[in-house]
Amino acid sequence: MRADLAIIADLINRGARVLDLGCGEGDLLAHLKTDKAVNGYGLEIDADNITTCVNKGVNVIEQDLDSGLDNFADGSFDMVVMTETLQSVQAPDQLLEEMLRIGRECIVTFPNFAYWRCRVHLALKGRMPVSEHLPHSWYDTPNIHLCTFRDFEKLCQTRGFEIIERFVVDAEHINRPMINRFPNFFGTFAFYRLGRPH
Amino acid sequence: MTAAENSVGIVSPKRFRHPAPFVLQCGETLEGFELVYETYGELNDAASNAVLVCHALSGNHHAAGFHDASDEKPGWWDACIGPGKPIDTSRYFVVSPNNLGGCHGSSGPLTTDPSTGRPYGPDFPAVTVKDWVASQAFLADHLGISRFTAIVGGSLGGMQAMQWAIDLPDRLHSAILIASAARLSAQNIAFNEIARQAILSDSQFHQGRYRERGRNPDLGLMLARMVGHVTYLSDDGMGRKFGREIKSGDIRHGRDVQFQVESYLHYQGRSFSKRFDANTYLLMTYALDYFDPASDFDDDLVRTLEGTRCNFCVISFSSDWRFSAERSKEIVDALMMARKNVISCTIESDQGHDAFLLPIPRYFDVLGGYFDRLFTEIDHAR
Repeated sequence: MRADLAIIADLINRGARVLDLGCGEGDLLAHLKTDKAVNGYGLEIDADNITTCVNKGVNVIEQDLDSGLDNFADGSFDMVVMTETLQSVQAPDQLLEEMLRIGRECIVTFPNFAYWRCRVHLALKGRMPVSEHLPHSWYDTPNIHLCTFRDFEKLCQTRGFEIIERFVVDAEHINRPMINRFPNFFGTFAFYRLGRPH
Repeated sequence: MTAAENSVGIVSPKRFRHPAPFVLQCGETLEGFELVYETYGELNDAASNAVLVCHALSGNHHAAGFHDASDEKPGWWDACIGPGKPIDTSRYFVVSPNNLGGCHGSSGPLTTDPSTGRPYGPDFPAVTVKDWVASQAFLADHLGISRFTAIVGGSLGGMQAMQWAIDLPDRLHSAILIASAARLSAQNIAFNEIARQAILSDSQFHQGRYRERGRNPDLGLMLARMVGHVTYLSDDGMGRKFGREIKSGDIRHGRDVQFQVESYLHYQGRSFSKRFDANTYLLMTYALDYFDPASDFDDDLVRTLEGTRCNFCVISFSSDWRFSAERSKEIVDALMMARKNVISCTIESDQGHDAFLLPIPRYFDVLGGYFDRLFTEIDHAR
């Protein structure tokens, strides 16, 4: 399993009710089903990904995140997960609100636009960063709402989302001491576990 | 692969007789009934590889293969059923009955009423989707099938699969609902009523006793089919197929003009009136209109589906406006609220409701993938 999905799986309790937004090929849900007795649902719009999920026996629902999640009732899930999708949706702030309405908690992962290589790329070359973790050119990128860790945390503060846990890693999804000292500079991806303060 | 290689080949209908009285939802009792059905593939020793195919409004038991080497057309779902096809008959034993009240061999308006000695005609009692499920369960008993791997149907067939899941939750592993709905919308009922009125107002209908007079409401059936057919297609699909192409006549002089689309509808309507019985058509459309399993649960679809124990696969088509993707979404949302296993997708197609009968690549990928997966989940040993 992908290293980032293993990190997320560790954050999910046995038997939890899980909704995976943009579940891709269903690896996380397939893993949770066998290892944690979790029979969650995944939302996906890519036809090939959906077929792959069907082949794996994952509960995949064809639904576009940009059309909203109002078909899900308040508090109907223990955990709502969204991996590396936040930056490509139309209204990330509204989607986060929705995730915390539907789920008791949520896990969000996204790439850090303030990662030092991005900063160097922009500062020295004067061009939009293209790297391993952000491989697209500016004109064909699905990433329409890139942000930095600091931006994200500011949004959480403004909207009253509680950051229960944060885990920052490099491109290999490994957490190193230096990253924890300067996460917004050395961190490539972050995992945020969010909730609503009681 | 040639047609011969992936076809179930020549098939013969079989007949099942239920000898005991059968009480219908409407309160009337049939003194036994008969169902005509076809099967494809072999039932394994554990009787664990059976698939029930439920037909839609104008379908019947002849879902795959040919009755005779000279048949021009195979069964209505031949594209989907056969060796190597999505419902792979080299793995599965497929059962396809003609519904009670049908006009292709099962007990219905054309068969003899034992109490009068003449055909039932309009007096065949009203049947519901629930009655169909109960009668199909007797057929399953007869075939030694205690549990189906899957029950699959499109449109009205999907409603039967759903009713199975609600009424007999332990008798199926999976329900596959294609281009279906948990209940018809007002618009949908309205189209059925137009079709019924076309038949009822035909001077040859004779209160449903047309056969005894050697007549048939051909015109009414033709109109009913024409209206139905238009609602089964999409505007884009018809545009692509026919456009404004002229079949005959000269549009500049406005004389005797016939568009291709008119000619097509006339042909479809005429051939339908030859092969379908008007009383059955009325009966089937009423069964469609009255289907509403949630009405037994305070109109709460989530509660309706809470007692089901099978997995669900719900497929809809983007241009289907008769059984729109929204109707399928209602089912999917309720299933998720009821915490049932469900897979759902909307297939991109411009072929309207009829898409469920067509071999659209993505549709068959999903359906075939689902059946492949099911095969790994069933118990093959007794």
